[in-house]
Order: sequence, then structure tokens, then C-alpha cells
Amino acid sequence: MSLLSVQNLSVQIGSVQILRDVSLEMAPGQVLGLVGESGSGKSMTALAIMRLLAEGMQASGSIVLQGEVLDTLSERQMCMRRGRNVGMVFQEPMTALNPLHTIGDQVAETVRLHTKTGRRAALVRAREVLDRVGLEHIGLNRFPHELSGGQRQRVVIACAIALAPKLLIADEPTTALDVTTQGEILELLRRLVREDGMGLILITHDLAVVAEMADEIAVMQTGRVVERGSVDDVLLRPQHDYTRALLAASVHQPVRQVRLESETVLQVRDVRRSYPGARRLIGRAPPVQAVRGISFDLKRGENLGLVGESGSGKSTLARALLGLEPVQSGEIRLGEYLMDADASRALRRRIGVVFQDPFGSFDPRWTVERLVAEPFHLLDNPPPRRAAVEEVLVSVGMKASDADRHIHAFSGGQRQRIAIARALIIRPDIILLDEAVSALDVQVRAQILDLLAELSAKYEVSYLFISHDLSVVRAITDRVMVMQLGQIVESGETEQVFTAPQADYTRQLLAATPRLPEGVAN
Amino acid sequence: MHVARRLLSLVLTLVVASVLIFCVIEVLPGDPAAFMLGMNAQPEAVDALRAQMGLDAGLVSRYFTWAGGLLTGDFGASYTYRVPVAELIGDRVWVSLPLALYALLLSTIIAFPIGIIAAMRRGKAADYGIMGATQLGIAIPNFWFAMFLVVIFAINLRWVRAGGFPGWEDPLAAIGALTLPAIALALPQASILARIMRSALIDTLDEDYVRTARAKGLSQGGVVRGHALRNAMIPVLTIIGLQFSFLLAGAIIIENVFYLPGLGRLLFQAINQRDLIVVESTVMLLVMAVVVVTFLVDMAYAIVDPRLRR
Repeated sequence: MSLLSVQNLSVQIGSVQILRDVSLEMAPGQVLGLVGESGSGKSMTALAIMRLLAEGMQASGSIVLQGEVLDTLSERQMCMRRGRNVGMVFQEPMTALNPLHTIGDQVAETVRLHTKTGRRAALVRAREVLDRVGLEHIGLNRFPHELSGGQRQRVVIACAIALAPKLLIADEPTTALDVTTQGEILELLRRLVREDGMGLILITHDLAVVAEMADEIAVMQTGRVVERGSVDDVLLRPQHDYTRALLAASVHQPVRQVRLESETVLQVRDVRRSYPGARRLIGRAPPVQAVRGISFDLKRGENLGLVGESGSGKSTLARALLGLEPVQSGEIRLGEYLMDADASRALRRRIGVVFQDPFGSFDPRWTVERLVAEPFHLLDNPPPRRAAVEEVLVSVGMKASDADRHIHAFSGGQRQRIAIARALIIRPDIILLDEAVSALDVQVRAQILDLLAELSAKYEVSYLFISHDLSVVRAITDRVMVMQLGQIVESGETEQVFTAPQADYTRQLLAATPRLPEGVAN
Repeated sequence: MHVARRLLSLVLTLVVASVLIFCVIEVLPGDPAAFMLGMNAQPEAVDALRAQMGLDAGLVSRYFTWAGGLLTGDFGASYTYRVPVAELIGDRVWVSLPLALYALLLSTIIAFPIGIIAAMRRGKAADYGIMGATQLGIAIPNFWFAMFLVVIFAINLRWVRAGGFPGWEDPLAAIGALTLPAIALALPQASILARIMRSALIDTLDEDYVRTARAKGLSQGGVVRGHALRNAMIPVLTIIGLQFSFLLAGAIIIENVFYLPGLGRLLFQAINQRDLIVVESTVMLLVMAVVVVTFLVDMAYAIVDPRLRR
């Protein structure tokens, strides 16, 4: 008997159709990977199965879990199924737990809701479940803010599996996590599926994660399932054009020119930065060493990668390079000049920046012309604004007429192109790309990577590419530095570091990175 | 830790406030004694009053005499009433404090349920109805509403007295006398609090942990009770703290409408009669009340939110 059978599931808000005739089939103990770009309806499918759609959305079609029809149950009956027969884990572990309740109570809540268990007995059960998800060393009376992101995600998983549901839905459970933490959480999910014979719907945009985890894959596009089948069939013998396009984008390698020797544009020598420790009643805790003695060179036109987990000091280093905060010792030289927090405008114009969230870095009330021309305040004699903006917009693949529009009119990928245009308009020597493609869908990401490669060749601009995504760094950089706890533990030619890593930490990172099977999209 | 830091800030605020009040009233240009006695005062009378008020002494020593008196409960004597200020204030605190607490209690009892209902029925008829009613509650001047209450409940129905305060010897009569003023005070406060409650609750209902709780099998109502309400309490507590301070000192108009011998009226009369000693001490007392309430609200934050217990 199948565990879950979804037939012709459709969802609409008013006259807008969000899901169209989605049909899925799952056997017990199976892992179903649900993939597609953002907005394709993956999460909506999960919420529709849970019957947790926002008010005003109408669902139709049938959902049968373990032989029981869910779509006709009352809300009250559905409450009795959620958490007991089907559990769900969400993307953002930092906000998925109630900050005011202890983790023990939050796990015990699932138990107490569905069984006639007292608080004490439920906490005993919570302890067992937390032990099972690998939190033996964390007390029941701890609060979420005292835990790391990975630990919190384990707590959320514990809440979902406390009553051993037959189906677990995990919506991008590792997207917000570091690569090594991602590996651990995926391993945990795999173990729970194996031990409990639980079915798992794994929703992700990352095909490599699905390749390592799933038995079956369903590919979604604009509210439809366009292709369904076993992992090998879908990844190695894709039938639908969209699946092929996704796979091609996932392994996309921009064409880049090989650099010849050129002059050094950025020289970093033994830079250190520490933050004051936490405040105590009298005095402070010892300072936190965020960056401890980092040195490197960046040559004209070179693409340099900087990888490391969150908390490794990447962002602190980035802010120091941009002259946004002082360093305690060491020096940062752009050409022959010293960059620091009091750097002149003439110096600041040599380094531009593109951030992860394109929307958050734009004033929504400004026109694109004004947004893109913003760095002109760094120039003493800026060129005519309109002409310069139109030229740079065209060079990043936008239309000259886009200058008159506002930022909300553009998609994520287009916004990132505009952000690149803004960095490029004053022709800096260096552009710092801080997780600049992390939030983008694979196809858009491939296009932006192509654009970056093209611009690098055309304008001889150097990139410092900061990311936690190793595959992206591998695709676009010449050299890479691996950062851990404020230090660079390994650096070298990108291909060499990736094929023959020297440092243990680099090896761990590479081992934890999910990979697509050989032969994809060839 | 949190408590220690808050206490330190409480003491510092009180010291700064006392210096400010002292300066504003005693140091600013003009002779307080001459000012108190008015334009046509005899120079001898002014000199006598100066001596009586201790204005001959130096500024610093006068501040310490005053502040020391505050600490020991000796607030000096009122010029107009010829009685110790402590006694004057003491009588009135027993009207103002119960009135403020009563009004605050009513305001919370009204505001919580309607704020919660509006949030849960967001965008529906009940929400619009409640929002419209609270808009009205904020817009209506409370003295007008007070007179309206008097006409209905005191004059027509004769349930309670129209004004005055019988004292606490008969608690029921005292509570009866405070009921209409408390309702009049509570209405606008409840309207504001209900709106704050609604928006705070709507914000928390959009949080990820609410979705997690729903996925565990909690009903919408269960989520509000078990998760959202406590998370919405921080802004609500802030407003409750501000409202209490306002109710304690800001009831002047309502006290006048109902002829209640409260702190507001005492302050109002003292200003009219240029009784600076009374003004100084009453203002200082109100500042203390505000600071203490702020401290209590800070403590309440820490009870609600474990992240603040450091």
C-alpha cells in the first residue's frame, strides 16, 4: 500500500492558479525529492498536504495518507493528524522555535498534544527524542537562543518526529545551514528514515542534495509536476526540457579566460580584528578574535574565492576591506594607498561591492537610474549620469529604458544585475561579491556567473568572491582561500585545492558538500 | 545581572531627576519666596518666608537638605495649608493610586480580549467593528465621556454618587465613588491597548514558530494561547507601564470632574497657589512612581523573555 497518494491537487487564490493537478505517490520508507526553482509550488504542495494553507486559498484534489483521506477531514480532525501522522520541518531554524519556551517543553508539546501524557512523562519522552537527534549534551531547560542553527534544526526535527509519524515533510531543511552542518542534518534525516521506516518528502532547490538523499524525484515548474521518476532516471536520463535545463544550470561552468601575470591591486598583510567581549556587571569578557592575521594578494583581473562557514570571519574581513571598520593591526593596500576606516573617496571608488540580498540593498523609492548612479558621489567629476547609467545597464544585460523604473519591478536575478551595474559604474579595480549568487535559483545563478566572467574579461576587474557554496566558487575562481576561525587554513589554485586538498578542514568541507552523480547533463 | 543593571539605572535616574526638579524650581531666576507671595508682598514677609524655607543656605546644602528629607519622609511643610507636605500627599495617594490601578485593571480587562479577537478575526467584520470602536474610544475626550457617565449613572439611575470621595472607612462606597472616574479614564487607554495588542499579536502570528506549532497539531486558538500571546506581551507591557504613569498623574481633569481629592488636583491647586514646596515634592513623587513602574516593566520583560535574563 502506498504511504501517500496525492491526486490532482490544485490550489488557487481568487482566480490565480498556484498549483495545477499535482499528483504524487510515495511508498513507506521512501524519500521523495521535490525540486524546482522558487515559486514553482514546492512549499505550497507541502502546506496543502498539511492543510496549512493561508486563509483565502482554495485547494481541490485528493490527499490520501496511509489509506485515510485527509482532504475531507475537519480542521479539528486535521489537528489530530498533524504532528502524529505527519510532521513537518521548515527552512529557517533560527526562527522556527518559540524563543520564550525551553526546547524540552517544545518537544514535549507534540507528545502532550496527542497523547494523554503528563508534563513530566512528556519531558522524559522529549529527552529520549532529543538524544536520538544527537543532542545528548543539551539540557531540556535550554532556550533556543542558546543553541546554534544546526542544533536548533535538530530540535525542530525532534518536535516533528517525537511521535514517530509515518510521513515527514522537510522544506529546505538545510538551506540556511553551513555545508558541514548540512551534511550532519541530512545524515540524521537519512538515519531516521531508515530506523523508523518513515517516508520523507525532501523539498529543496539543490539537485545535489536530492541526488544524495532521494529514491524518487518530482520536478516542479510553475505549479505543475513536469517530471517524476527514480533518481537515476531523472538525473541521468531527463525527459522534460525543464529538467534538462535545471541540470545543465547546476553544473554550469562559465567560460573564462586564463589570466597572464599582472600587477597587484589589493595587498592584505597580517590583518587582525577583534571585538570587545560580552559586557559583564564590571568589565567585559575576553575579546573575540574574528580575524587573526590574514595576508593575501589579489591581481588585476583575478578571481579569488574566500570560503568558510558562518562565524569564520569572512564578513569581518570583507567589511575591513571595504574600509567600513578599522583593523587593530596589519594593513590593507589598494595599489600604493592604505585602506582604512578614514579612507578618502578617491580610494573607496577602487573597490565596489555586491551583497547577497539584492532587494535589501536598494532604496525602493529611487529610480534605477539614481540607484545605479549612487557611487558617483565618490567621483570629483562624474560623467553625465543618464548616459553612464544606460551604458552600464546594457553591459549587464538590461535595457537602457530600465533606468526609469523602480526596483520592485524586477526579479531577483535582474536585481542582482542592477547591483552589479551599481558596483561597476565607477569602474573599480575590485568588486567584492559577498554571497552574491547564494539566494538565486540555479538557472539565474548560471546566467549571473556568465555575466561576471564576461565583465571580468571586458573591464579587467578583479573579484573577491565570498561564499559558503563550494561548487560556485569552484566554477568561477582562479584561486581560493579557505578560512576557519579567523585564519586562512589553505589557499592555492582553485582546481588544485578542490582536487587535492591539504588541510583537514578543507577535506571536511569538500566531503560534506553534496554532489550530483557523474554524467549529469552530458 | 539584569536586575542589578536595572536597579543601578533606577537610582541614577532618580538622582538626575531630583537635581533637575530642584534646579527648575529653586535655581531658575526669581526669588521663590517673592514669587510665592505674589507681586504685592511686603519685603518683611518675603524675608520671613525665605528664612522659613531655608533659602538663606547655599544651593548645594539646600539640595541635600531637600533630598535628605525626601529619603526620610520629611517633605517640608506646605506654605498655604500649613501642614506637612507628606501628610497632604499621603491623603491623596490613597485616592490617586487606587484610581490608577482600578482604571488600569479595567483597561486591561477590556483591551486583552477585544485585541485578541480582532487579531484572530483579522480582516473580518469583528476586526473592523473593534477597530472602529477603538478609534472612537481614542477620539472621544475623556472628560466629555465622564460627564456623560455622570448624567446616566449618577443623575438618572442614581447608582453611584456624582462626585466626591467618602474615604476608605467604607470600602464599598469608596470603590463606588471611583468606578465612574475609572471607567472614564480606562476607555481611551483600553482603546489604545487593544490596538497595540492586536498589532503585536498579528505580528507574532506571522512568525515561523507559529507555523511550527501548527505543524505539531496545535489549533489556531491553541497557538494563540500557547505561543503567540506571550510573545506579543513585550510591546503590550511597555504600553501598560506608560499608561500607569499617565493615569497616576494625568487624571487632573477627571479628578476635577468628579471632585476627587487626588494628586492631580493637589498639584493643580499647588501651582495656582504658588505652593512651590508642594509642587516640588509632588512632582518628585510622580517621577519616582514613573521610574519604579519602568523598573517593574523591565522586570516583567525578563519574566516574559528568557533572552533578557542576563
